[in-house]
Amino acid sequence: MVRFFVRRVLFGLLVMWIISVAVFVMFFVAPHDVARLLAGRQATPETVAAVRHNLGLDRSVLAQYGSFLWRLVHGDLGFSYYNSEPVTHLLVSRLPVTASLVLGGVALWLALGVSGGVLAAPRPRSAADRTVTTLSLLFYSMPTFLLGLLLLYFLFFRLHLAGVDAFPGSGYVPLTQSPSGWADHLVLPWFTVALATAAVYSRLTRGSMLDVLGEDYIRTARAKGIGNMRLIYVHGLRSALTPVVTQVGIDLAVLLGGVLVTEQIFGLPGLGQLAVLSITTRDLPVVIGIVLLASFFVVVANIVVDLLYAVLDPRVHVH
Amino acid sequence: MTQSVIGDLHSVETFASPDDTGGPGRPVEGRSPWQLSWARLRRDRVAMGSALVIVVITAGALAAPAFAALVGHGPNEQFRDTGLTVDGLPRGPGHTFWLGSDDLGRDVFVRVLYGARVSLFAGVLASVIAVSVGVVIGLSAGYLGGAVDTVLSRLIDVVLSFPFLLFAVALVAIVGPSLAISVGVIAFFSWASVGRLVRGQAMSIKEKEYVEAARSLGARDLRIMFVDVLPNLIAPVIVYTTLLIPAAIGFEATLSFLGLGVLPPTATWGNMLAESVQYYKVAWWFVIFPGLALLLTTLAFNLLGDGIRDALDPRSGQAHR
Repeated sequence: MVRFFVRRVLFGLLVMWIISVAVFVMFFVAPHDVARLLAGRQATPETVAAVRHNLGLDRSVLAQYGSFLWRLVHGDLGFSYYNSEPVTHLLVSRLPVTASLVLGGVALWLALGVSGGVLAAPRPRSAADRTVTTLSLLFYSMPTFLLGLLLLYFLFFRLHLAGVDAFPGSGYVPLTQSPSGWADHLVLPWFTVALATAAVYSRLTRGSMLDVLGEDYIRTARAKGIGNMRLIYVHGLRSALTPVVTQVGIDLAVLLGGVLVTEQIFGLPGLGQLAVLSITTRDLPVVIGIVLLASFFVVVANIVVDLLYAVLDPRVHVH
Repeated sequence: MTQSVIGDLHSVETFASPDDTGGPGRPVEGRSPWQLSWARLRRDRVAMGSALVIVVITAGALAAPAFAALVGHGPNEQFRDTGLTVDGLPRGPGHTFWLGSDDLGRDVFVRVLYGARVSLFAGVLASVIAVSVGVVIGLSAGYLGGAVDTVLSRLIDVVLSFPFLLFAVALVAIVGPSLAISVGVIAFFSWASVGRLVRGQAMSIKEKEYVEAARSLGARDLRIMFVDVLPNLIAPVIVYTTLLIPAAIGFEATLSFLGLGVLPPTATWGNMLAESVQYYKVAWWFVIFPGLALLLTTLAFNLLGDGIRDALDPRSGQAHR
């Protein structure tokens, strides 16, 4: 178990390193002149050269990469090109919004997905199964931004026109300030982030449950007179969840993409909004910081998921 | 599940080969597994309906210039007099503007049709590239095994654990948005899951007797990979391609929506929806029609993909699933 954990963490570090190289190559080596961009259109060659020197862009690629990596392992992501704020400060100030969105979204995604699958599986082709299957295909087919727009249009705007202000259309209230306002502002974004992935999971859980419910040990349990509820929820669900859990790590990366769009639509001042803003202003250190932070999160989540997988399924032999 | 598809396809093939069609007086029609699958697919009303929707949308996309000529509105022409109300607001659906007009007095119907061209082109091309790359890499990893497999599998793992959209968006921002870049980015981030799927399949197929037979006849690895293994992978690859297309279409639309895909004034469903965000309160048609076109297309491809999967699975009878 310990060896497995160590190996997993080492692989995680490798992935992080590869991502850091990719980011470095993309932003510093790719053929585009950051210094010229920053110095502005009318800059003289001397100004451009000065800016380039200030940013350390006139050094050799290897030296640049060395200092990039050196600062990175010390948790220093550099300064924003535009307001000279440390990137780490910017990220920390925006993190609570995105964390709220992601955690709530993941909780909703798993709850909806697993319960949808469990509802559908015991009786294939029943009304419940058909409803779940149809809904999941619909939401699965809908790009996140379209779902967000539709929720905004129908559940905010149309309700607002009808005189019901059930959900605010945009903005964010910190949890510490008002828990109810926090949840209120996040309901629509949570659903936007969660529904597409939940749809995949209800299909996944359904298929997995169907496989498990056909196994011999389920028949044995049934023969021993175990109640239907206990059979489905205790004996069936546990093994059915293992293939589902392995998928979670991968889909977190997809979910983070959804966050980017969702924050944009609902005006949430989180990391996704910061990313889009920094991209349009070409504020590279901030973009890099966000990409690295998100990758780090995905890598850690994948390690946790793999460990959870080993715990959840007693049949998994970990060497 | 897909693994047994291959095994079964193979065994069915030996049964239905032309020599086995029975003696005289016993007219047994030999049907290949592909014919059987086609028959199953034709009976699937949802799949055929979806195929029809895809055909209609494709036809609409191809005939976009003809429709533009018919209604007399170019895709980027602004009709400030006829297309806008006195207050300068978009006009609702009616005689001249079938699906209404947008904030600049352009015809939403014509633009939705032109948007279909971009969506279908980007979606199909990106999927085909992703599948080709994924098949070659997955096949090499699964069939060759050893060090090649270790390296390629790690590569697949790394690409799969990238925060996909964020990275793509950052990349597009650096290189500058365009259709070619969008297609490249989508393909780059989509091949890995194909690779993983194909690798697993190739690993089980290479243990089959017919591969051993080919090897004992002196066939080289490259030949075995593409002549003996690949054809037996076609079924899951077709299914996967059909399911990848809607994902790629949605991804292209997302990039356009964020202003990082195809740039205005070229009409795409994504950038139409992005423009509609400011106008959804006064012009519902501006949101609903491009959104509906996008949803209908992705839904049709997904339903068709499901149908093809069921049709290619010899175990799927009428009662099952």
